[in-house]
Amino acid sequence: MPIQYYITLSAILFCIGVTGVLTRRNAIIIFMCIELMLNSVNLLLVAFSKMPPVSKAVSAAATGADAQLFVFFIMVVAAAEVSVGLAIIVMMYRNVHSIDVNFLNRLKN
Amino acid sequence: MGQMNNLVYLVPLFPLLGFLVNGLFRNQLSKGLIGIIGSGSILLSFGVSIALFLQVKSGGAIPVHSLFTFIDVSPTFKIDFAFQVDQLSSLFLLVITGVGFLIHVYSTSYMHDEEVPHFARYFAYLNLFVFSMLLLVLGANYVIMFIGWEGVGLCSYLLIGFWFKNDNYNYAAKKAFIMNRIGDLGFLLAVFWLFEKLGTVNYSDVFANTNKLTQADITGITLLLFVGATGKSAQIPLYTWLPDAMAGPTPVSALIHAATMVTAGIYMIARSNILYTLAPFTQAVVAIIGLATAIFAASIALQQNDIKKVLAYSTVSQLGYMFLGLGVGSYTGAVFHVMTHAFFKACLFLGAGSVIHAMSGEQDIRKMGGLSKYMPITRITFLISCIAIAGIPPFAGFFSKDQILAAAKEVNPFFYYIGVGGALLTAFYMFRLYTMTFVGKFRGTHDQEHHLHESPMAITFPLIVLAILAAAGGLLGIPEAFAKNANWLESFLAPIFDGSTKLQKVHPSEGSNEIVLMAVTSVIIIAVSVWAYVKFKDYQTNEEEPTGFARILANKWYVDEIYDAVFVKPINAFAGFLKNVVEKSGIDGIVNGVGRLVQYSSRQMRLLQSGMVGSYILFMVLSIVVLFLIFWNQIQIVEFLQKVF
Repeated sequence: MPIQYYITLSAILFCIGVTGVLTRRNAIIIFMCIELMLNSVNLLLVAFSKMPPVSKAVSAAATGADAQLFVFFIMVVAAAEVSVGLAIIVMMYRNVHSIDVNFLNRLKN
Repeated sequence: MGQMNNLVYLVPLFPLLGFLVNGLFRNQLSKGLIGIIGSGSILLSFGVSIALFLQVKSGGAIPVHSLFTFIDVSPTFKIDFAFQVDQLSSLFLLVITGVGFLIHVYSTSYMHDEEVPHFARYFAYLNLFVFSMLLLVLGANYVIMFIGWEGVGLCSYLLIGFWFKNDNYNYAAKKAFIMNRIGDLGFLLAVFWLFEKLGTVNYSDVFANTNKLTQADITGITLLLFVGATGKSAQIPLYTWLPDAMAGPTPVSALIHAATMVTAGIYMIARSNILYTLAPFTQAVVAIIGLATAIFAASIALQQNDIKKVLAYSTVSQLGYMFLGLGVGSYTGAVFHVMTHAFFKACLFLGAGSVIHAMSGEQDIRKMGGLSKYMPITRITFLISCIAIAGIPPFAGFFSKDQILAAAKEVNPFFYYIGVGGALLTAFYMFRLYTMTFVGKFRGTHDQEHHLHESPMAITFPLIVLAILAAAGGLLGIPEAFAKNANWLESFLAPIFDGSTKLQKVHPSEGSNEIVLMAVTSVIIIAVSVWAYVKFKDYQTNEEEPTGFARILANKWYVDEIYDAVFVKPINAFAGFLKNVVEKSGIDGIVNGVGRLVQYSSRQMRLLQSGMVGSYILFMVLSIVVLFLIFWNQIQIVEFLQKVF
């Protein structure tokens, strides 16, 4: 499949993620949207890793390995983030009995 | 002879020490001690001055003696703190310390009612004044002269405003200081100009190198120096401070505003006589201003009723004669008149002080009269001085005024006739003053009459000494017309004015003609004096306001009002405009506007801090998009995408 499809798909996914973060108030939905953005980037990286090298100076093997390595890093970081983030949401529910982020405005005044 | 060199610095040192002791320990010393320190320091100076004078008389000028280097910035800019004692300065030293000493003695009695700290302050100022005046006269270059020049201006300010609780006196002090400063600016510019052209300000170097100056330079420098002289010596247009300076204690008026400080301008021009002789245009200006001032001030004096104001305008008028003398090249005549004027004007002022003292502070001559039977010594000395200033032979004023007028006649007969006219005015207003004060019936209150008394010894002694000098001082300069080489002063000062004499055209003096003219003018002056005496002998107080021309004279030609309208009011209005419009709307507006803008914008910006997580993220995303748009061209991925799609 041509690389353009991958790029377009991941761009669409990323935009959905951004829109979700901006428009939704439910903390879990926001969280999911963030995951969506991270994974769209992952998708892009994997797609690029399979792409033929743009310039001859860069070897194909090295390019692909780098990109895939980054995908793993992102997965690990996302997993850590999820664990912390979910913990925060749990604590939030305990304190304000809601997971609506608009309730998190106590520092305002 | 060499050892006298080292004594020169003692002359100004004693008054300086007197100033420091009286000034610093004013709360500890007793009045007697203060008086002794104040007068004694001047007496010591006087002693040294006599020694210096005798040496100069026998052995000529003492070589310039440099105490230390005053300013040393580069090889080309070096000014020594040097003293020069020659015929001219030694003569001035005698007048300053001699008359100064008498006035100090007088002050010990006159100021006795002051509290001790103020008494000490008074003597400290007086000593500081004498110190400054001595610096002015002794300096061997224009910079040292300028230090003294400023110093006497300062002391004048301090002493005019001595009774500082009276606002009017403070205004008078400020007026004197500001008027003087206007003149000082001219002096300072002249010194800069000299230094720019010649690279030196030492008298000897300047006068030796006058050929390096162009005619325009010399004219400009002398005119600027003359501006300085008009300020210090109260000439048109800067004379108005001097009559107001009468706010100070009377001995101060005698010392500063009659005998010494106001003659600084004459000393300066006499010192720079070569420059002036080389600048005929400036000489003409000096002569005309001097003559105009002499007549103008004399006309004002005719209608003044304050005993000190009459004397003040008379001083301005006499200074005008001195400038006339300088302008027509009779430098000796001007210096001669400085000396005789110092004697009789100091005597007149001190006499006026004695009268004011007896009258418990009353200065209006319309309320005096008949004082001669209460104050015989004051009356006699005052009369002698009046005769001297009026120019009746053989008293001092006759000789000095005659020498100036004779020189004026040779330059321009017109000057002579106007000058004689001024002398007649002088005779009239002086005898009006004398008659209204001492002759006729007493016109004051009963209390005042009861209190009338002759002043104590400390006041009458200086009066007597000064009256003797006023009577006999003229013998120093007997005109050539009477006897050949009888003019001692002329030959004594000859070395100073040597350079100028060579440049001046020599006029053969027509002896017989001159004597006839002298006799005629003397008879007219005596006639005018007698007329004034008769006219005011039976003066009765009348409350009528003077009308017509007399009214203009009584209001001093409205010069103060004109200055007020031309200079003071516009400057005040401009200052008011700056204060109310520029300052309040402009500068305040900018400063407050900045503050208001910050406050307003922060109030608006605060609304962004809503606490809504969603809006924060929105801003974040929008910012990223904006950044992305700004750096669109620099992001390589764009090129990549363009290649791919």
